[in-house]
This record gives sequence, structure tokens and C-alpha cells, in this order.
Amino acid sequence: MNENEKLEAELLLQAIYQKYGYDFRSYAKASIRRRIKKHQAVSGFASISAMQHELIHNEQFFTTLLKELTVNVTEMFRDPDYFFSFRNQVIPVLAEKDHIQIWHAGCASGEEVYSMAIMLEEEGLAGRYRIYATDTCSEALNVAREGIYPVAIMQEGSVNYQKAGGRRSLSEYYTAHYDHVVMADRLKANLVFSEHNLVTDAVFSEMDCVVCRNVLIYFSRVLQDRVFKLFYDALPGGGFLFLGSKEHVRFSNLADKFVKVCGNEKIFKKVG
Amino acid sequence: MKAVVIGTSHGGPKALQQLISALPVDFPVPVLIVLHRHPDGKARAENQLNLACVVTVKQAEEKETVEAGTVYFAPPGYHLLIEDDETLSLSVDEKVNYSRPSIDVLFESAADVYGENLVAILLTGANSDGAEGLRSVKEAGGITIVQKPEDAEAATMPKAALRLMKPDKVLSLSEITSCLSKFLLNHSVDFYECIKGVRS
Ligand SMILES: C[S@@+](CC[C@H](N)C(=O)[O-])C[C@H]1O[C@@H](n2cnc3c(N)ncnc32)[C@H](O)[C@@H]1O
Repeated sequence: MNENEKLEAELLLQAIYQKYGYDFRSYAKASIRRRIKKHQAVSGFASISAMQHELIHNEQFFTTLLKELTVNVTEMFRDPDYFFSFRNQVIPVLAEKDHIQIWHAGCASGEEVYSMAIMLEEEGLAGRYRIYATDTCSEALNVAREGIYPVAIMQEGSVNYQKAGGRRSLSEYYTAHYDHVVMADRLKANLVFSEHNLVTDAVFSEMDCVVCRNVLIYFSRVLQDRVFKLFYDALPGGGFLFLGSKEHVRFSNLADKFVKVCGNEKIFKKVG
Repeated sequence: MKAVVIGTSHGGPKALQQLISALPVDFPVPVLIVLHRHPDGKARAENQLNLACVVTVKQAEEKETVEAGTVYFAPPGYHLLIEDDETLSLSVDEKVNYSRPSIDVLFESAADVYGENLVAILLTGANSDGAEGLRSVKEAGGITIVQKPEDAEAATMPKAALRLMKPDKVLSLSEITSCLSKFLLNHSVDFYECIKGVRS
């Protein structure tokens, strides 16, 4: 991408913000530029500016671009070591409470949310927890809410489920229909999916845990600080924060307000 | 010259061992590497190299500023990109060429940032990742080097690049190694002059 295109990409993000309210202006640039270019190529526009014209005048077109910009890539039991630590080091602490509130921010199409619900059930917490799963992309949330996935993802999912210390067979948590699976209703009963934007929206309730994995890597430092403040405000002292395996509170201005809970995994606890 | 980027997959660990261990401690620019490997999150390759080499070898962390004399590996399972302010970014965007990290992703972002001040090297490998990226580096004016297919443990990756574009040089691994270290012996020597001196 040359200097002119970089400028066009900036203007495109400004246009999106002013027209539709989604604020990508402070996201890490390299990856978002790549996705803008990709969408331009796929949709056949001669330039990013030409694409900008279309997106201002055609909301439908914006919706498809939004999906590209938000990167709804996720997996069942992504990073099994993290789920293993969650099961063995965090759930015993949570189990002391009557009711557990979990905020899962940036849940994409929901695989990670179901993974967590499965573990909570296996550890005997069924009916005692609620997961508020949020994302800024409504299309991804629709998939998450329905809990219908291609059967193919369950292969790797099952391997990772076992590595994460799964006690049964993953197939006990869904029903298979030819090429897709439907997640069990008893899991869905504990899940609430709703739209929430980490850049522009506020905290909505106090939470025992905040899960936000592989979202902050897309944000600038300044934006990361805003989001850490949200999480700080949502958690009581001793509340847990789970980040992606390459994310850290270390560089934020709230670094001293969180301590690491276990060795390698990015599990933190709010001080106080 | 402001940075070196390297891409490799099958046969990569051995080739990198040779290349990186030849770099002097005062290597004047950062080196960014994508090596395809199993996504178990471990940093075996960089830990081993760090012990065996005089330059610092580490896994890239998001938002860190790249430094001269340091070699950064893309973490398994994450794309590695570089920003205009020379900080590193990681992403879990879709796989590219069935790969994450993808060589194309690193090379293209480095081409955007460094333009003609970039050296991109594509080594041994068993798929065609990196070919498009190398072409972007060349279009942006950077220097492109491909390992000679007959010299590579796996020739698919170098061959795929040669089908798509014409790199500045096609060299054996030992030529690439000596070239890099010559460039480093005398920082005032232009890297381009240096590779012109190597017969291919
Ligand atoms: C790469 S996915 C991560 C999914 C999952 N947490 C995981 O680790 O597998 C990133 C998600 O963050 C969401 N996201 C991006 N910007 C956001 C924002 N400002 N507010 C809320 N969610 C956002 C995207 O829509 C996407 O679903």
C-alpha cells in the first residue's frame, strides 16, 4: 500500500465513523489496511476511494465490509492450556460463589463462549452462572446465538477439548445434522448475546470474570488503555481478567492494578 | 537498509541456524522472520537460536519497537506485521496460503513500511507462501533474494516465487549468509553493492 492508499484508507475509516458510528480509527493500522485492500480487491473497486463512495451510499455494502474489518475468526477451545488453567485454577475459586457473572467481550461467532460453558457444566456449576457475550459485529452474534457450526470444526475442537482436560466427549454437547452441529439448549440457557462496542460503549454490570481474548491485539495503545479501564471498572477486587496468549496488561497505565494468576497463561486478578 | 525479512517453512530451522548464527552482535538492522511450525505456542526455535547466536533472538511481542541486532520470530498461530512507527503487530486474521503466520502478510506489511530500504529473503519451504509477498517487496523497490531451489531442503517455496517474479538474486544459503555478514562487517557498504558482488 503506497502513501496515497494509506491516506485513502484513513479517509475510509473516517467515513465509516461519521456515517455508521463504528470507530476503527485507532485500530492497529497494518492489519486493517490489509483487510481494506482485500475487500477492495474482492469487490472489484479500482481504488479505496471508489469503495468509500459505495459504502457511504449503500448500507448493505457497509455490512459486508464490517464483517471483513472485525475479523470474526475464532475456534472451539482455542489455546487448550488456557482452558486447562481456567478449569483447575479459576473455577475452584468461582465455585465458592452462589452466582457467577462472566463478561465475554469480543466473542465473535461464539465458539469460545460455548467452550467455557461446557467447562463450567463439567465442574458442576450448571445453572449457577451467566455469560454475557458481546461483540460489535451483529452478524457474528447471530451465529453465536444460534450456536450452529460446520461439523468440520468439531474435529480440532475435540482434540483441544481433551487437551483442556475435558471429562466426557465433546459430542455430548451438540447434536449433529449432516454437515453441521447445533449446540445444546441447556448450554444456551446460561448465555446472553448482545451488541457492545468496546471503543464507544460503557460498562453495563459488575462481573466476576472478564474474558477478552485476541481483540486487544487489534487496538492501538491508547485504545487498549480505554478498554482496560472498562474492565477495571467492571471487576470487583479479586475479579479475574482473561486475555489472549499474546496480550498483556503490562504496558497499560493500569498495569499495577492487575496481578498474574498463573505461570504461562494470561490470567490476571484485579488487585484489592 | 533498514530491515531484513525472512520466510521459510520445511527445512527452515536448519537453514536459519546457519544464517542467524553468522550475524554479528552489532548487526545494524532488525530481522523479522516467519517460520511455519506447529501452533502449540512454544518458542523452541527462538530459544535454541538465542543460546547459539550472538544476536538476540526472540519471539515477537505485540507493540514492541524493533531494534537493530535483534531477530524477531512470528509466534506460532499469529500473523506478524510491522507498523509505520516500527512497532510490531500480531493478528489472528484468517490463514493466508493455509498458514498463520503467513510470509506474505509479513513481507507485504514490511514493504509498505520500508519500501526500498528492505531486504526480503525466501528460503527452503514446502508450500507457496511468500511468493506474493516477495513480489510486493520488489514492487516497493526493496531487494529480493530467493534461495536456489537445488540448494534448498524443500524446493517448492523458492520455485513458487521464481514462477511468480524475478528476484534480484537467486543464491545458495552460504552465499546469502556471507552476503549478510559482509554487509555487516562494513556498515557503510551498501547492501545492494554487496549482493551485486556475489555471482549467481
Ligand atoms: C479475532 S476475534 C476473537 C474471538 C475470540 N475471542 C477468540 O479469541 O477466539 C476478534 C473479535 O473482536 C471483535 N471486535 C473488534 N472490535 C471490537 C470492538 N470495538 N468492540 C467489541 N468487539 C470488537 C470482532 O468483531 C471479533 O469478533
